[in-house]
Amino acid sequence: MNRYPLWKNILIGLVLFLGLIYTLPNFYGEVPAVQVSSGKATLKLDASLNGTIEQTLRDAGIEYTGLFIDANSIRVRVPSTDAQLRAKDAIEKRLNPDPRDPSYVVALNLLSASPNWLTAINALPMYLGLDLRGGVHFLLQVDMPGAITKRLDATAADLRTLMRDKNVRHAGITREGNNVLLRFRDAAQRDAARKAISASTADLQLTDREDAADDLKLVATLSQNAQKNIRDFAIKQNITTLHNRINELGVAEPVIQQQGLDRIVVQLPGVQDVAKAKDILGRTATLEVRLVDETPGALEGALAGSVPLGTELYNERGGSPILVRNQVVLTGDRLTDAQPGFDGQTNEPAVHLTLDAAGSRIFRDVTRENVGKRMAILLIEKGKGEVVTAPVIRTEIGGGRVQISGRMTTQEANDVALLLRAGSLAAPMDIIEERTVGPSLGAENIEKGFHSTLWGFVAIAIFMSVYYALFGLVSVIALAANLLLLVALLSLLQATLTLPGIAAMALTLGMAIDANVLINERIREELRNGVSPQAAIHAGYERAFDTILDSNVTTLIAGIALLVFGSGPVRGFAVVHCLGILTSMFSAILISRMLVNFIYGRRRKLESLSIGQIWKPGN
Amino acid sequence: MEFFRIKKDIPFMRHALTFNIISLITFVLAVFFLATRGLHLSVEFTGGTLVEVAYAEAPQLEPIRKALATSGYPDAQVQNFGSARDVLIRLPNRDDLDTTKVSERTMATLQSVGGAPELRRVEFVGPQVGKELASDGAMALLLVIFGIVVYLAMRFEWRFAVSAIIANLHDVVIILGFFAFFQWEFSLPVLAAVLAVLGYSVNESVVVFDRVRETFKKKRGMTTPEVLDHAITSTISRTVITHGSTQMMVLAMLLFGGETLHYFAMALTIGILFGIYSSVLVASPLVMWLGVSREQFMKPKKEKEEAVV
Repeated sequence: MNRYPLWKNILIGLVLFLGLIYTLPNFYGEVPAVQVSSGKATLKLDASLNGTIEQTLRDAGIEYTGLFIDANSIRVRVPSTDAQLRAKDAIEKRLNPDPRDPSYVVALNLLSASPNWLTAINALPMYLGLDLRGGVHFLLQVDMPGAITKRLDATAADLRTLMRDKNVRHAGITREGNNVLLRFRDAAQRDAARKAISASTADLQLTDREDAADDLKLVATLSQNAQKNIRDFAIKQNITTLHNRINELGVAEPVIQQQGLDRIVVQLPGVQDVAKAKDILGRTATLEVRLVDETPGALEGALAGSVPLGTELYNERGGSPILVRNQVVLTGDRLTDAQPGFDGQTNEPAVHLTLDAAGSRIFRDVTRENVGKRMAILLIEKGKGEVVTAPVIRTEIGGGRVQISGRMTTQEANDVALLLRAGSLAAPMDIIEERTVGPSLGAENIEKGFHSTLWGFVAIAIFMSVYYALFGLVSVIALAANLLLLVALLSLLQATLTLPGIAAMALTLGMAIDANVLINERIREELRNGVSPQAAIHAGYERAFDTILDSNVTTLIAGIALLVFGSGPVRGFAVVHCLGILTSMFSAILISRMLVNFIYGRRRKLESLSIGQIWKPGN
Repeated sequence: MEFFRIKKDIPFMRHALTFNIISLITFVLAVFFLATRGLHLSVEFTGGTLVEVAYAEAPQLEPIRKALATSGYPDAQVQNFGSARDVLIRLPNRDDLDTTKVSERTMATLQSVGGAPELRRVEFVGPQVGKELASDGAMALLLVIFGIVVYLAMRFEWRFAVSAIIANLHDVVIILGFFAFFQWEFSLPVLAAVLAVLGYSVNESVVVFDRVRETFKKKRGMTTPEVLDHAITSTISRTVITHGSTQMMVLAMLLFGGETLHYFAMALTIGILFGIYSSVLVASPLVMWLGVSREQFMKPKKEKEEAVV
């Protein structure tokens, strides 16, 4: 007798039921929504905001059909795109009274129209990739050598301070390539320096080099560990910075992820203004504080073409040329805050900076030692430096509160503050891959993928039902169950569905029918050999199992290889392909067997099976 | 309905040499075209920029080419894509260009030509990414080969593993040969299709080999070629029906999937057709020539039987 035990039937039924539930959200489509998320790291969304939004919508007379809160955002479902725009404006006006300094990101989004109980059990529609919904994808390469160089420059400055503090006399400290070179006239000073450096930091590895009897050198290189830390920090810092900047764009569901050791993926669904996105991503602003070279005659010489060693020629904003030393006193890393404001005395627009403890100490020391001299504050954007202001240091400045003012408009002060506050990039980045998909192409891709799968499925269904009769129909139902489970699994895992993913779905269905063909052929063969119908069913399923397993494993090996080495479109293909193989094993064997058991399993006297014509040789 | 009414085993092995010579000739031709013509690699592998735009009415391509040439892209390829209203522009990477601005400048140029183009898709791939994708593709291929050989060697015997992989690798080369001969665009989805087809057509060999093993165990007194003939004959209806079903799905993709899935489906079609041929008619003779015999399958079974008796 071909019967499954009750628990097995219940289990299969349960899996199918869950599959149905989790597939369901995909049928409801999407409705417009407005999404509010925090625009500042320090600002958390709370329940009171919820009430504020509801009140705002009521005041503006905008209908809404639902309000959802998760960890990072509040989403309001509205009935139409018109209401969506009005709701966005109303909420924006209410939450961000000062549009120049927005506290919240208010963005247009789409929400699943599925009923709330489905959303409550985490049954969400499949997550569509950019090629299906439209948007921009960037792959950014972080310039790690740049980050290391930047750090070495800072290290050289630190070492100078250290040598001075410890009263070690040196003949110059410079960065050369990936080393910092310290020159000494005698061995005693060098030993003292080595001792001082070793005591102060573990990041540097020191080796001696002697080019001449009176030219002793200490070569400092960053240890492997320190380099790794710099890289890790650089990528983390850049991701944070990108987050802050993308918040300005008002994208509903941005994806910002590390990929590999030194790359960052940025995906902005729904964004069409690529130029603006690129501008915002590529913008790098760093602040540097340097001293001005005021040696008499030096500036004139530089203007004539011979810039003295260790200095650079800049133009002061809206003013005269100025010669600035290469040595960086302070960088934007030491900055904890930057706010636009006004100078207390002149009432000129200004930017108020707050430095961290180390920064404050350096700033105090430098200002104390250079009273009466000029200090340049440079803003370096896209690799180009500009001296914002170069004031004369009047007194020692302690406490870490610094003001930049001079020839700025209010708008410029705002921009500078925002750029500095949004954080500088720890290392420059290049866009090495870009994909933009327009919304019309996205919708078309979905349609094409859907039609391919549908018509392929229909063709297979007709053929199987004709060729294998009732058993063919069972195979088709099993195949449909396979599709159902695959969609449910993709929805449940929220794996990204792309066009190659849809192709994989179609292909997997085409391949999955193999298992049922194997079973049906095997049953026919058993019948041909004169085995009784019940025994033929049993033997057909048992014998075909090994073959099905083997062939699925080899297909899975290919799928996994694609998953491991694939990126972009290939990965989208591989995920669906691998999941599809797993669901097809389940449905082709278990579900089809269960159905066959229901149909034939209980009949004691079974004369024939509806599996198409069985031709016996010799008949 | 039943397509296959075969009274006796078809003597495939009698023609083993012929099958292998046919397949060798195809293989050599494929290698020849690959070597002389090379693959027409997509932007993903070569690096460069690709811009797809749609017009409301079919535009003239010549003015677009001229406009692009004057705005600094004399090496731009402009062609129709799918329909006369869709235009695809390919721009190679050049050192002297600011790569991140290429797509915007191209769009600006197109807009200046007129006809209100709608941006459909932009793909920009930097030079280093292209190289990586190519090497990742090669690694994936190696991993598939290694995985399949190890699995088949474990489940069957090394002879089966080696024959299956030779037969199916030559499919891969033949697919590539087609792409080289017709200069179809070889993109990442095509690569995925090639690898998927490799895993898939190995199935074919697996099904036949399963039968071979079973026949060796069950039926005594058959010579190795007879066993192989029997195994192939008794699985042939399944082979054709399965591949036919998969091909129906692939055909649907070819017909309805649009330009993006076109070459993907094409690679699958070639793979499926040659997959049937090679994994059955090439792999089996290889197994025979590698010296497969009944004893290789009987040893563990015998010990068990003795223990029971």
